Amino acid sequence: MIDQLPALQVIVPLIAAPVCVVLRRPRLVWALMVAVVWYSFWNAIQLLGLVLESGPISYALGGWAAPYGIEYRIDTVNAFVVVIVTAIGSIVAPYALKSIEREVSPDRIALFYTAFLLSFAGLLGIAVTGDVFNVFVFLEISSLSAYAMIAMGQNRRAVTAAFQYLIMGAIGATFIVIGIGMMYVMTGTLNMADLAERLPAVAGTRTIPVAFGFLTVGICLKLALFPLHLWLPNAYTFAPSTVTAFIAATATKVAVYMLLRFFFTIFGAAFSFDVMQLDLVLLPLALIAIFSMSLVAIFQENVKRMMAYSSVAQIGYMILGISMASVTGLTAGILHLFNHAMMKGALFMALGCVMYRIGSVELQAMRGLGRRMPWTMGAFVAGGLSLIGVPLTVGFISKWYLILGALERGWWPVAALVVMTSLMAVVYVWKVVEAAYFGDSFDQDEPPGEAPLALLVPTWALVVVNFYFGVDATLTAGVAGTAARSLLGVLP
Amino acid sequence: MSPGTIAAVAVLLPLVGAGLILLLGRWPNIREGAGLVTAGVLFAQVLRLLEPIRAGERPEWVLGEVVPGIEIGLQVEPLGLLFALVASFLWIVTTLYAAGYMRGHHEENQTRFFAFFAIAIAAAMGVAFSANLFTLFAFYEVLTLCTFPLVTHHGTEEAKKAGRVYLGILLTTSIGFQLVAIIWTWHLAGTVDFRPGGILEGTASSAALSVLLVLFVFGVGKAAVMPFHRWLPAAMVAPTPVSALLHAVAVVKAGVFTVLKVAVYVFGLDLLETLASAAWLAWAAAATIILGSLVAFTKDNLKARLAYSTISQLSYIVLGALLANELGAIGGGMHIAMHAFGKITLFFAAGAVLVAAHEKDISRMSGLGRAMPITFGAFFVGSLSIIGVPPAGGSWSKWYLGMGALEAGQLGLVAVLMVSSLLSLVYLLEVPVRAFFGTPPEDAHHAEGFHEAPWPSVVALVITALATMGLFFYPNPFFDLMKLMVGQ
Repeated sequence: MIDQLPALQVIVPLIAAPVCVVLRRPRLVWALMVAVVWYSFWNAIQLLGLVLESGPISYALGGWAAPYGIEYRIDTVNAFVVVIVTAIGSIVAPYALKSIEREVSPDRIALFYTAFLLSFAGLLGIAVTGDVFNVFVFLEISSLSAYAMIAMGQNRRAVTAAFQYLIMGAIGATFIVIGIGMMYVMTGTLNMADLAERLPAVAGTRTIPVAFGFLTVGICLKLALFPLHLWLPNAYTFAPSTVTAFIAATATKVAVYMLLRFFFTIFGAAFSFDVMQLDLVLLPLALIAIFSMSLVAIFQENVKRMMAYSSVAQIGYMILGISMASVTGLTAGILHLFNHAMMKGALFMALGCVMYRIGSVELQAMRGLGRRMPWTMGAFVAGGLSLIGVPLTVGFISKWYLILGALERGWWPVAALVVMTSLMAVVYVWKVVEAAYFGDSFDQDEPPGEAPLALLVPTWALVVVNFYFGVDATLTAGVAGTAARSLLGVLP
Repeated sequence: MSPGTIAAVAVLLPLVGAGLILLLGRWPNIREGAGLVTAGVLFAQVLRLLEPIRAGERPEWVLGEVVPGIEIGLQVEPLGLLFALVASFLWIVTTLYAAGYMRGHHEENQTRFFAFFAIAIAAAMGVAFSANLFTLFAFYEVLTLCTFPLVTHHGTEEAKKAGRVYLGILLTTSIGFQLVAIIWTWHLAGTVDFRPGGILEGTASSAALSVLLVLFVFGVGKAAVMPFHRWLPAAMVAPTPVSALLHAVAVVKAGVFTVLKVAVYVFGLDLLETLASAAWLAWAAAATIILGSLVAFTKDNLKARLAYSTISQLSYIVLGALLANELGAIGGGMHIAMHAFGKITLFFAAGAVLVAAHEKDISRMSGLGRAMPITFGAFFVGSLSIIGVPPAGGSWSKWYLGMGALEAGQLGLVAVLMVSSLLSLVYLLEVPVRAFFGTPPEDAHHAEGFHEAPWPSVVALVITALATMGLFFYPNPFFDLMKLMVGQ
């Protein structure tokens, strides 16, 4: 059983997905989904434990040895990503029940959970596989099902948002597969470890830098790096709340993982940063993303959209850490993968509670909500504090490492920018706080009411995680540090 | 209980108190009783730390590691103990005062008020006992955030605006400067612990350390060194007990305490003396002292005048730290305590006038002294302490600050201290003089005869006024602690 963990990680949700279509009854399907997602989380914890204990695991799918068959390869980096995805899944899954009943029409609920499980399986597949073509396949699985989930949003604009995402996502995927194709042509292999070995020999050709370019653009589209983020705000705004929480916390994170995997493991830090000078592209874009998107977020009236722009800015932080190409910088980037998943998950889930009760997340409609939904807005404020980076929250830990990384490289202006954008986060979070706590109730007739416990408990569970890993970050920072060192090839 | 555990209990107790207050919200008398008991127990616990500290112990308590190398931990040392003693003692008095004030003034949401108040005290205890810069920063930010609902208590448009200024300045300085300074310290020294003699000696060029000092001094927005002082007058929209305990004692003293602690335990006085920016910053503090006093003159609203007086007085302590000699540090530390007792008395009196006579402006308080002799008598005593003349405690801290300035060879700074005393003499004593000898304004509806605020408030302000005088005759406990701090 232990030997099969890498495969089960992907297979179980993948097989459960079609079963959902057969079962049809919404609650039954939901129960199956929860069971599968929780199992996956347990599976992920086992994997991380194994990797931390005894080093990377290689798994030959179907018993076919690596160069011919597909290899699943788990090291600290992707074990950590798998834990993030499944942890968010486990918290979102119970939350989905009520939220989805409210926001998706009943005849589509079973299909929704099917899409959810497919997307979940796809994301996990990207993370565990050691084969670049397999990455592309799972990327398509997760993306296509994500488009479907987004299109199920209440507002009809969800359909255009999904379409927009589909077009942009398809372009991204195409670029990725072109890049992979070129690498295959030059090296004759799709296995990541083999690629890493054979690429240096052909790195001097014109093809490999071109492949590198295609992959960079494709992956950056997927992870919504400015200015390739245009699909994201609409997709997050109009998707059902559960989907927003899940995708915001996982999909872009897995795309960042792809970036790490391609540029550090396959091409190698030396080629990516010294020869191709990737940092000259990533650093300015990350800085612009952080600043401009924080600024744009301030002027949003729809809170989900505000948080979506904030997400683009936060992705900038991760890319900023990565572009430092130092152990501290990379640690910051990987750590922020986890931390941002936790904070944005909590924020979007709190917004889901608001959506459930009042059917809108416009600032105007949320006036006076602090008194009517104290627990929901409490969760939002807590998540917001984490986003700002107040000490004792996970956001602070990310900021600590990011600024430390910047100082180590002597990048004072970058440190100043990180600090400044934290303050911009104060501005937009506080816009919501002022509306909720100082505004007069928008709709006096509606009876005051808190969201049901089925929504509140998962939301607060995530809030507690935000504080727990803000007070004791030895685990997350330790794992991120190990992952960073292994990516850079620095032996601990 | 070991002394280390007592420190942890001191941080937790007010939190337990906050929980009790929330639970007992329906029965105001029991709620206030619970608050008083918590405050009393807290003070008793802090007092128990006095003996071990005097005996030279430095008890520690560690919660755990946050990231490799950085712990959330408490360590009791003389300066922190002094701050904790002052804050916890005055919390008892303020709880008593608030019970009278909040009811007399018919404030709403009293349970929320008292609960956040208790949380603020917990944060102040945390600041006092922090073992390293990280822990201190965490509690510092908690203190900012949990006082926000207190500042905006009334929920009006004015309160909302004041809340923006409050949070805006405090968070901008703390995240913008202080956090960077802390991370830079970590980068340079590889530790953020407070250690006698400092941790930065020889880690970087004197120019870099000068910049770091600037980041620290302005990064501690709660110390209200100009130009980052605007939050303090803004915070005056809060109910008076908040202005009294938090914005004259706990919050602002947490700020100057941080500056002093950074000066003594992060830089070390020897290193500080060599830094160019220490001298410039001392003049920035001096400018704040004078300008704060001058602005106080222009304010007719009593609480606003007191707020500017506080800004001016806080810079005394910053100045004491930046003089970079033992006398200055002793004077600064003593002033934390002396100013606290004096200023809280003044705020108590201001609040009492508001509750009993509904007057906020000084010009309208003429003649009120006959109706409220106890209140204005206490105000007089508090004023003496702020001015720094006997028989009030403030004279001691001013004495040591002056000596420190002399020892540093800064005659200009001595002159600043003297001028500022004269200024405060005028702007503070105007209030009791008008009250006792002025004629009431035409349209005033002051009660005939004796009409004081509710008795708990009066008792509270009498206690602090007496304590202010008592500290003139018996300043030894605080003085001894400060001598321990500088290692004498």
